[in-house]
Amino acid sequence: MLTNNGLGHFYDLGQGAGVRVKEEPASGGRWDYLDDPGVRDRLLDFREGNLARVTLHVPAMHCVACVWLLENLFRLREGIGSSEVNFPRREVSILFDLAKVPLSGVVALLDSLGYPPVLRLDAVEGRRARPSFKRLYLQLGVAGFAFGNTMLFSFPAYLGLEPTAAAGLSRFFGWLSMALAVPVVLFSAADYWKAAWQAVRRRVLTIDFPIALGLAALFGRSAWEVMAGAGPGYFDSLTGLVFFLLCGRLFQQKSYERLSFDRDYRAFFPMAVTRRRGDGEETVPVSRVKVGDRLIIRHRELLPADARLVRGRGLLDYSFVTGESAPVEKRAGDLLYAGGRQMGTAVEVEVLRPVAQSYLASLWSREEVARPRSGGWAGITDRVSRWFTVTVVGVALAAAAWWAGRGQWGVGLWAFTAVLIVACPCALALAAPFAHGAAQRRLGLAGVFLRSADVVEALARVDMVVFDKTGTLTAPGQEETVWEGDELTVAERRAVAALAGQSAHPLARAMVRAVGRIERRIEVAAFHEEPGFGLSGEVDGHRWCLGSAAWLRRNGVPAPVGGVADQAEVWCAVNGRLLGRWRFRGRLRPESAPVLRAWRQAGMRLALLSGDQARERDRFAPLFGPDAEMLFEQTPAAKLEQVRRWREEGRVVMMVGDGLNDAGALRASDVGVAVTAGPGEFSPASDVILEGGRLDRLPAAWRLARSTTRLVRASIGVSLVYNAVGISLAAQGLLAPWICAVLMPLSSVSVIALAVGGVRWAAARLGLPTAHAISPETSTLEAVAV
Amino acid sequence: MSALYFLIPVSLLVAVVFLGWFIWAVRSGQYEDTSTPALRMLADEEAEPGAAPRVTDPTPKQEKRE
Repeated sequence: MLTNNGLGHFYDLGQGAGVRVKEEPASGGRWDYLDDPGVRDRLLDFREGNLARVTLHVPAMHCVACVWLLENLFRLREGIGSSEVNFPRREVSILFDLAKVPLSGVVALLDSLGYPPVLRLDAVEGRRARPSFKRLYLQLGVAGFAFGNTMLFSFPAYLGLEPTAAAGLSRFFGWLSMALAVPVVLFSAADYWKAAWQAVRRRVLTIDFPIALGLAALFGRSAWEVMAGAGPGYFDSLTGLVFFLLCGRLFQQKSYERLSFDRDYRAFFPMAVTRRRGDGEETVPVSRVKVGDRLIIRHRELLPADARLVRGRGLLDYSFVTGESAPVEKRAGDLLYAGGRQMGTAVEVEVLRPVAQSYLASLWSREEVARPRSGGWAGITDRVSRWFTVTVVGVALAAAAWWAGRGQWGVGLWAFTAVLIVACPCALALAAPFAHGAAQRRLGLAGVFLRSADVVEALARVDMVVFDKTGTLTAPGQEETVWEGDELTVAERRAVAALAGQSAHPLARAMVRAVGRIERRIEVAAFHEEPGFGLSGEVDGHRWCLGSAAWLRRNGVPAPVGGVADQAEVWCAVNGRLLGRWRFRGRLRPESAPVLRAWRQAGMRLALLSGDQARERDRFAPLFGPDAEMLFEQTPAAKLEQVRRWREEGRVVMMVGDGLNDAGALRASDVGVAVTAGPGEFSPASDVILEGGRLDRLPAAWRLARSTTRLVRASIGVSLVYNAVGISLAAQGLLAPWICAVLMPLSSVSVIALAVGGVRWAAARLGLPTAHAISPETSTLEAVAV
Repeated sequence: MSALYFLIPVSLLVAVVFLGWFIWAVRSGQYEDTSTPALRMLADEEAEPGAAPRVTDPTPKQEKRE
């Protein structure tokens, strides 16, 4: 298909392009719901007549050839115009002609090429705009432009040339500098004026207030000097200050395009579901599903609403919602909660509650989960700036009063503005953004991705770490099988594999993996499967039974009577004789034991919050140590409450979790860490995202955050020394323009160098990667997130 | 020295042209995605007739980006 359209070149681009092109387009009807006007118009970016543009998320793109192919879609299908790829976001934006190709056609084409777009419920309900840095770039550009030119105009003043050369020229330069400074003050510094005004209205002193005060003093004083012909003013300092501040802001706004830190359940739900209509089926958007509808849920599909099972055998994997690892058996008539993933054959269900009112959705509508995160405490910069502002204004007023008291009103006003100018907390405002931004970048190289640079400060304060079990400490989807009983012979193993191979039950499949390969030629006679209990059959004339203890007893095997039927064990008997049992448990991640050991060595308080049953307490107790609290069978709401209780005890809690069941606890904690399987995979709303394989980097991340806060404190100290020197000069009325011109950039640059260099050094000392190298071991998440 | 009164505004004017160029670049979205173009140029473009998209974009660049 590609060759026919002049795209044969595709395979020359990458040997391992690894894209399967399905010859036939996917079966018709699967994407038809996209042509429903209600769904389509929400997905389209814009539409004019028949021309429309849509942006689709395509996680499958991974190489140059993908970009090239996706930007040449117009050769494959009439009606498709230009398409543009945004690789970091894994998005393709396609312009097409609705009259010639419907939206479903575009999506079907992408799907047939092996780039199925991911269409989730959150794409139609409440789209979030990605932050754009356009305005910041423009502000920075204007400030940089003005800064460079005013510096040139100030050179004669720096060098002391002006009096002899030409007095007129220096006035001319002064006027030009002022003209350049006006757009900087009005446009580039606009956000500081706004923030300062809001701070005044809320009666809090943030760092923005002294900045705005300093800027106002700088501009007012300089404008007066130029207009009165008294001097060149301080426009170079003013524009430079704004330029450095904006640089700090840009440095701090590092974001990882491919990761989303704000997902809720809708990002997990499919956009469409199969509904029964009469004897046929139709694909409808989830938002159109009504109470009473009959839905068909196939293997590995997700149940989007609370429903009752009508037909078929339900085997639902709720690991994402509850943290319970074993799938739950359901029969016709049972109530099913939204969020479960059907394993096995298709089932038919009747919807009981609208999608937005399911048990799962109600977890999100809880106030503490829905509410946006607030810091809870003021950042260190704001804490310092509170008394800083008071001191500066006090000194300025005192200096003015002292000179005025001696009758020298002119010098008094001079000293007043000079103090405000030199005390402008440029270096103070730069220390935290640069240090936090540098730490965030270092951690990104190490595979630990922070939502924003501010998270560093919260991370440094953590004194308690809470872990979820399933999917966090244990790897998802990997069951570890333990055989308890006499060693099985080869013939016995083959018989078990043959019998278990007849069933699609996840435990049966895990058993096949445990005993070895299936030999297809072995005949199984009189096979019988009792859903929820077990299997029986004859292999080579021997009668085998696999299943729960109750199932074996029913088949006449004297199996021990256990308390509750434990899902995670399978007993095995041959010819009425009990051989032993398999126990299934989540496989521990290789990083779990080292990370717990490292935390214990650091003296961190640990806790386990699991939605699973307590059967694995003995296994985790030695890992967590004697002091750790271990709580099992925790519902999502209970986890949230528990985290909040710990916080009320004064603990600063880091919650490490992976699923929807942890979402509330992640939100309630001070630092929520989501463990994810990969970049395209779901992760609940959190402050930090990391891959399971990088779990062992957490203690180092915590140490780096602590070093960073210490560095910020040191940098603030240095900047205060500069300010003290400047203020003492200014209060005496000795501040010459050249001192100001030197002091301001010197303090800014030295504080930035201290912050960034210090973080680099601390990261290297902790063994975190200091440079990015794309190697085979580099995970996919890290390869693009730099 | 009086030549400076003429030369400096002229040089400033040149600088303003470059600033305007930068503003145009930002507004047309060139700073939104800085890594895809690096990948895009790796693919050789074959010059063949009719290779351009037949459906053209009627909207100005700026609106499209919003």
